[in-house]
Amino acid sequence: MTHNFLIIWQQRDVVLAGLLNTLILLAVSGLASLVLGALLAPLLVSGNKVVSRVAAAYVDAMRCAPFLLFVYLIYFGLPTLGINLSNWSAGALALILYNTAYMGELLRGAWLELPASLIESGKAFGFRGLTLLRRIILPPVLMRATPLIGNQLIQIVKDSAFLTVIAVSELTHEMTGIQATYFIPFAAFVAAVLLYWCICLAIEAATGMLNQFAEERRA
Amino acid sequence: MTAYDYWSITQGALATISLSLVSIVLGVPLGLALALIRWAKVPVLDRFVYSYVSIVRSCPTVTLTLLVYFALPQLGLSLDPVPAAIVALTVSTSAFNCEIWRSSLVEFPRDQYDAALSFAMPRLTRIRRIVMPQVYRASLPALVNEMTLQIKSTPAVAVIGIVEITRAALRVGSNTYQPLPPFIFALVLYGLIVFALIRLQRTVEKRLRSGGLA
Repeated sequence: MTHNFLIIWQQRDVVLAGLLNTLILLAVSGLASLVLGALLAPLLVSGNKVVSRVAAAYVDAMRCAPFLLFVYLIYFGLPTLGINLSNWSAGALALILYNTAYMGELLRGAWLELPASLIESGKAFGFRGLTLLRRIILPPVLMRATPLIGNQLIQIVKDSAFLTVIAVSELTHEMTGIQATYFIPFAAFVAAVLLYWCICLAIEAATGMLNQFAEERRA
Repeated sequence: MTAYDYWSITQGALATISLSLVSIVLGVPLGLALALIRWAKVPVLDRFVYSYVSIVRSCPTVTLTLLVYFALPQLGLSLDPVPAAIVALTVSTSAFNCEIWRSSLVEFPRDQYDAALSFAMPRLTRIRRIVMPQVYRASLPALVNEMTLQIKSTPAVAVIGIVEITRAALRVGSNTYQPLPPFIFALVLYGLIVFALIRLQRTVEKRLRSGGLA
């Protein structure tokens, strides 16, 4: 058994490349879905019925669909509409579109908890549109939502493992390759699980620190 | 898409529903057992449960399924795809259920427990008569919510060759060279299942609030 783990160690270049790819996917899609979610949240709480209905329909559709199905839909569906993407960009696009809905929804939750007087007084000082959003509404919303955003980032890490089915070379995909070459499934997948665990522990630690910072700011 | 194609995807839905049902039936009590171990602060064991929950919750279901299916034979335990899928899904849902049960156990008012203690109620009766009825009511909404998430994570077992909705739709798509219609039909099926669960959750919550079902 220890010999098997030594083989994983010898293949560390491949493993690290997979890990790096998972981390890049996490960073790209986490950042993009957070920004897009922040733009989606005002549509969800919009006073215009049509706009809020359409936005809510998008969020509900994403929340009903399993991520794997959505990946297939993007990967096989878009080419029939004449849009051709590489595996990696199709995977990243799926991660971004799927998680934007969740980010938007959790930011909406934090937004609804804001005291109305805060927004009213912002308006009274002449803030409007995007400036109102950026200066007055989003900072407290983001601080409030930090733990939930952390959870969603962990969800992105877990979802990224599904991208192995469309041959994106992330951590699980590389480990499947190694186990198929050297017939060491146990060592390969246990190493993968432990690496995923480390990523999630790091995310938890980071959000914990951010949350503490937010609470100090609020106090 | 022919009628047979629709039928084969609907059959996949049966696999999805039965796999998630089995893993829920096994995973909910298992989660409760794990939560009780942590709540009672059983020495050594509770550290194990803590690490188990922490690792499993951060582990992608796909990776877990591959681990169970490909790695356990190396330890001398070969499983067919269906049992392997059930084990993987149960392991993952039990960790989430453990956290749900534990959070309502932690919030359980201590004075009620002490009152039962002062009546010299035996330990098991205390848990069965005083703690469980209330904890069960508090956790039910979150448990149903976890069930919807569980339905959505079943496609992960397609990687070891089980034909559930997603894989059935993929097969139809590769036969007809038209991937969009089967995927959209699959989306509708998932939507129906999740919608049914959400309705169930609303009814359960309403019943609980009016005091029934306890």
